Amino acid sequence: MSEVKTVEYTAKDFSSDQEVKWCPGCGDYAILKAVQKAMPLVGRRREDVVFVSGIGCSSRFPYYMDTYGFHSIHGRAPALASGVKLANPNLSVWQITGDGDALAIGGNHFIHAIRRNMGLNILLFNNRIYGLTKGQFSPTTDLGHKTKSSPQGVIDNPFHPGELVLGAQGHFFARCVDINPSHMTGVMVEAEKHEGTSLVEILQNCIIFNDKVFSDFTSKENKSDALLYVEHGKPMIFGKENDKGLVLKGFELEVVTIGENGITEDDVLVHDAYVKNPTLHFMMVRMEYPMILGVIRNVAAEPFEKKLAKQVLEVEKKSNFKTIDDLLLSGETWEIV
Amino acid sequence: MAVEKQELEKVVIKFAGDSGDGMQLTGMQFTGTSALLGNDLATFPDYPAEIRAPQGTVAGVSGFQVHIGKSQIYTPGDNADVLVAMNAAALKANLDHVVKGKTIIVDIDNFKRKDWEKAGFEADPLSDGTLDSYNVVEAPVTSLTKMALKDMGLDNKSVVRSKNMFTLGMVYWMFSRPLDHTEKFLNSKFKSKQIVADANIKALRAGYNYAETIEALASAYTILPADLEPGTYKNVMGNQATAWGFLAAAEKAGLELFLGSYPITPASEILHELALYKHFGAKAFQAEDEIAGVVSAIGASFAGDLAITTTSGPGLALKTEAIGLALITELPLVVVNVQRGGPSTGLPTKTEQSDLSQAVNGRNGASPVIVIAASTPANCFDYAFMASKLALEHMTPVILLTDGYLGNGSQPWKIKTMKELPTITPNYIPEDKKETWLPYERDAKTKARYWAKPGQAGFEHRIGGLEKDMLTGNVSYDPVNHEKMVQIRQEKVDLVANYIPELTVEGSEGGDLLVVGWGGTYGSLLSAVKQLNVIGVEIGLAHFNYINPLPKNTADIFSKYTHIIVCELNDGQFLRHLRGALPDFKYEGYNKVQGLPFTVSELTQLFTKKLGEIKK
Repeated sequence: MSEVKTVEYTAKDFSSDQEVKWCPGCGDYAILKAVQKAMPLVGRRREDVVFVSGIGCSSRFPYYMDTYGFHSIHGRAPALASGVKLANPNLSVWQITGDGDALAIGGNHFIHAIRRNMGLNILLFNNRIYGLTKGQFSPTTDLGHKTKSSPQGVIDNPFHPGELVLGAQGHFFARCVDINPSHMTGVMVEAEKHEGTSLVEILQNCIIFNDKVFSDFTSKENKSDALLYVEHGKPMIFGKENDKGLVLKGFELEVVTIGENGITEDDVLVHDAYVKNPTLHFMMVRMEYPMILGVIRNVAAEPFEKKLAKQVLEVEKKSNFKTIDDLLLSGETWEIV
Repeated sequence: MAVEKQELEKVVIKFAGDSGDGMQLTGMQFTGTSALLGNDLATFPDYPAEIRAPQGTVAGVSGFQVHIGKSQIYTPGDNADVLVAMNAAALKANLDHVVKGKTIIVDIDNFKRKDWEKAGFEADPLSDGTLDSYNVVEAPVTSLTKMALKDMGLDNKSVVRSKNMFTLGMVYWMFSRPLDHTEKFLNSKFKSKQIVADANIKALRAGYNYAETIEALASAYTILPADLEPGTYKNVMGNQATAWGFLAAAEKAGLELFLGSYPITPASEILHELALYKHFGAKAFQAEDEIAGVVSAIGASFAGDLAITTTSGPGLALKTEAIGLALITELPLVVVNVQRGGPSTGLPTKTEQSDLSQAVNGRNGASPVIVIAASTPANCFDYAFMASKLALEHMTPVILLTDGYLGNGSQPWKIKTMKELPTITPNYIPEDKKETWLPYERDAKTKARYWAKPGQAGFEHRIGGLEKDMLTGNVSYDPVNHEKMVQIRQEKVDLVANYIPELTVEGSEGGDLLVVGWGGTYGSLLSAVKQLNVIGVEIGLAHFNYINPLPKNTADIFSKYTHIIVCELNDGQFLRHLRGALPDFKYEGYNKVQGLPFTVSELTQLFTKKLGEIKK
């Protein structure tokens, strides 16, 4: 890192002069605020931060950040972000994407970006619907859900983004929800700290086309009983009374109540985000009750750009060509006089 | 036996055999030796699309054609003066392309009944009269190689593999070439397996001595060195020259090079070549698909690298939307299209000038980009360099068209050094504008916007694919602004005409007939025009390397001739482009879409006939 001095920023320093144009009440506003708050905590200089996006409501995000930004084309942001990172590994690169952009049109780029593990922070705004094109189903829309393009109900099986990330050998997966911005801010900071690709899924309400899709666990009455915030090294306990926990039964995670049937706090699984084997993480990302939030997986691995830098040094050592002229003049040459 | 040595002006030799017979290596060795003797030359490899098609079949034939001469050589040659056929299939595949009366060397060990049946002959071609009009040298190459190497203690497979060196030895004798270049090569290639090196050298010498001994090769030939411009030369392939042009351009511009690419025939060699030079700051990124190849390059360009992507026709189609993004964000980007036969998957290993229309017009909206084309394997270097220079100085995508014929062909290249190459000055924000800079402010002369890179404090800005305000670069849906931006983007590309060389004519500078071509057909067109000029026919050639914009003096040149014939290896794409740009002239097209280059003889006949019609 090339920081020469620490600059004290506030969230406001990351707010651009552009008018924010999401629908009133959209979950994206909370995310924008949370990210702007995370930036001073991340500690990178503003000019070293790049926000990249594809197409969709969420992809307008870079216009609202007073950093470098690139609003690209549908689905391709992972490739664009990869190019930015490889050209200048010193940059802090953030990709903003939605469930359609990342998992439908950009599905190929998404899994390959995760597999390569470059230093990218990908924020996936998952509202389980297409917003900008006005209400068609997305790859995460629930089975049976009726939308403009599925008037009789969706018959495509939905993706769990976390499963794709783990299946593509992702090293960092976290989940947040738009109703809890301060938790989001903390997770963003963790995501940036992680070397390699960090994927943060944000459950985000689309007030126009898919309102209350997450209300089973985000509504005032449900949220304390249906959301489980995990932290590495802490038991996975949740509930209004803090009396519910997760245990492993066979190959399934099961919700138990502490104090019932002889269950004590010691029986509850302790969250291990650092474990390399992703089996338990797979189970966690699939659960819908409780909905697990926080950093689910955070495994250290050498990022792509560092491996590349090593290869550069190796080639430098071995190559007979020190300059371009050496190369041009190499091999068999002959003189014409 | 003392043999009379005849001097030849030039000769075309084709080595052909099974794809496992080592014909590419044999051809390249002959090329290297001839280059060191100072001959001018051009080569073209021709191999099957399948990696190892069935042995002994026509589909599995791999060939390498080399044209060497005392005078300047512009093409790998129409037809062969010498065909080396390692088996019956190689004869079957190439017989139509051997000049009648010339020499065919066959390995008779591979002409048994099963061999010629497999090759698709109805009878033994060596005895049924098929070869009556050729000078046939029947040599038991395989068995002579075995005999020569029998005491070396090598396994049979390695022995048989050396037979290509036996034939090379024969051809070396025919054309009075020394063996030392190839012997040196073999010693270094098999450094760790000296016995294999020794066996190959023994086979080479055995072939040479055999040719000297037998009666069939009645005469040996020499070809004197060519009158090339003084300098240091080396033999380069077009794709290699392309890669080196980019390395040189990046160094000249003071930038790192980023290549985002996905493998595709016949462009992959550029990716392979650049992957070797990470220490020159060249990042060759093999992306997950064509789209990621170009989009990662756009990201790298935004972040400050000289960014390129390489592909062939179908890949260019996939990159279309992204090139539009580079165009509206006004970032430097070079897209190389090593063209091949189309449409769709088409003819991957065959050459065609298939994508001029796609390059010029193939995007949504009004979306002009610079389009340039290389015309020889060696000048792929210059046009890769120039494409980079134009992209960086004018802040726009540039599409560089080469083709399979140029990319895989080779030619002596007068080596350029870094210091003789022109400067490249990327369009950074000038010092006196830094205080007031806006993202879409432009240079007054070129209309290029300035390049502010992430990492530069105080220049944070956002760009994207939505229409831009003409100064701030903020998203703008203003109707008048949009129309102005469409005009500015066009004007910016049009102004490039002030920064490219004028069109030149070779041959007659006016008269009845102007031949117009572009890109990879240069060698054939020039040879044909020169041949006619030599016998007193007045005809000129205007060959284009700059397609969009066209050179400023194009109309001046066209107006000096009464007839213009546009020759292309496609259905008339450049002709349509010219009709659109310069509608006042009358054009006639000559088009060939067979996946094959023009032959010089078809062109001289065509032009002669055409001139006859005009004079009537």
